[in-house]
Amino acid sequence: MTDAAYNFAYLDEQTKRMIRRAILKGVAIPGYQVPFASREMPMPYGWGTGGVQVTAACLTPADTLKVIDQGADDTTNAVSIRRFFQRTAGVAATERTAEASVIQTRHRIPETPLTEGQILVYQVPIPEPLRFLEPRETETRRMHALEDYGLMHVKLYEDIARNGAISTAYAYPVKVEGRYVMDPSPVPKFDNPKLESPAIQLFGAGREQRIYAIPPYTRVVSLDFEDHPFEASKADHACDLCGAEESYLDEVITDDAGGRIFVCSDTDFCAGRRAGGHRGALAAEDVA
Amino acid sequence: MRTEALTGGFADAPVEAAQVFRATLEALARPGRIATVGGAEAPAPVSGAAAVLLLTLCDHETPLFLAPGHDGPEVRDWVSFHTGAPLVGREEATFALGHWPALAPLGAYRIGTPDYPDRSVSLIVEMEALAARGARLTGPGIETEAFLSLPETEAFRRNNARFPLGWDCFFTCGQSLAALPRSTRVEEA
Repeated sequence: MTDAAYNFAYLDEQTKRMIRRAILKGVAIPGYQVPFASREMPMPYGWGTGGVQVTAACLTPADTLKVIDQGADDTTNAVSIRRFFQRTAGVAATERTAEASVIQTRHRIPETPLTEGQILVYQVPIPEPLRFLEPRETETRRMHALEDYGLMHVKLYEDIARNGAISTAYAYPVKVEGRYVMDPSPVPKFDNPKLESPAIQLFGAGREQRIYAIPPYTRVVSLDFEDHPFEASKADHACDLCGAEESYLDEVITDDAGGRIFVCSDTDFCAGRRAGGHRGALAAEDVA
Repeated sequence: MRTEALTGGFADAPVEAAQVFRATLEALARPGRIATVGGAEAPAPVSGAAAVLLLTLCDHETPLFLAPGHDGPEVRDWVSFHTGAPLVGREEATFALGHWPALAPLGAYRIGTPDYPDRSVSLIVEMEALAARGARLTGPGIETEAFLSLPETEAFRRNNARFPLGWDCFFTCGQSLAALPRSTRVEEA
């Protein structure tokens, strides 16, 4: 039930208009970071305030919302954001990727392929892919304006020179529609191929006050070299609960004696497979 | 102020504006798709779709240019009462409303700067008809190709050629809404 003490979806209308205008400019210029006047939210920076503001600007009462944190629907961050919108917007909530019309995510893209009509909202900590190479905003802005991305290639090259391979494993930089280099938020590079999607993808960075977007069917290329092509890697293992070999895995420590299991990071995907009768190596027989 | 300026707004602004924004987002993210929007009514000649776009996106932070044909005391009063948007010339506008010939010269509008390409105008183009045929569209948001009855192709081709600078367009006709971002490549069909 909506808490009548709040406006629909918490934010006031003027704030939503400002965010909506930023989202539209972001969609019109794929990969470009649009500055916006991020508001104080009733949760601290770092807990998804950017994503929450984008979600609030997008929600309608007819929406079904799913919120994930590292692939899981049942972690503190996901549960509190989901309850926040159930209370302030009165929207339906789900854990099923296929049933959701708006999905807010922290650091994962669901395994189940997204479809037209769905919106994926990313929580972004540092939107600027060049920030760790060049701390000055004035300089990184100029580098984007001039399409001067040599520094990023030097960084990836130094990875290869030191480690023999590109060691960047998450927040792996991409080039959007051949123009802007973009940080896909700290998703594992395993998820990078899923950035080309029929769904609308919106990125919100609250503390850094930036919104950006990837429209559907937009070309998204992970940066690489001809002799060191991009590789979407994952743990070389199958899920111990559902047996999936194609999903991204979390390594979970199970005891003090070095015991560990690998399980799907996407809890909905894993539960769906187990409900469908799939069993991994360590799945108890009675797990339904 | 005439009292008719006070009517025609959203009955339930938070919900209706949210629904119009979602339709607008889908239209801009999928160029060539035509959405149906409604819920508000502005004085003639402003279409229903243009009226809800103004209510959803404009406020005191967004200078608005009313092109000849749309600029008149009734429309000015309505826009001022419902949105509070300052009415300005082409050069300062973040939104502009009018028929395609009346919006010209297009060179007068803001197209953003290399550092801030988002600081550009959004044109709300009132159309006599809006249909998924005519100019061929490709680019972000379009799986293979799409078609839209644009008023011309040359201006849109030139606008795309200077990407990431440029303006973005919404097309309105009655309750129908379509959009064309600067990222879309436009060809004669």
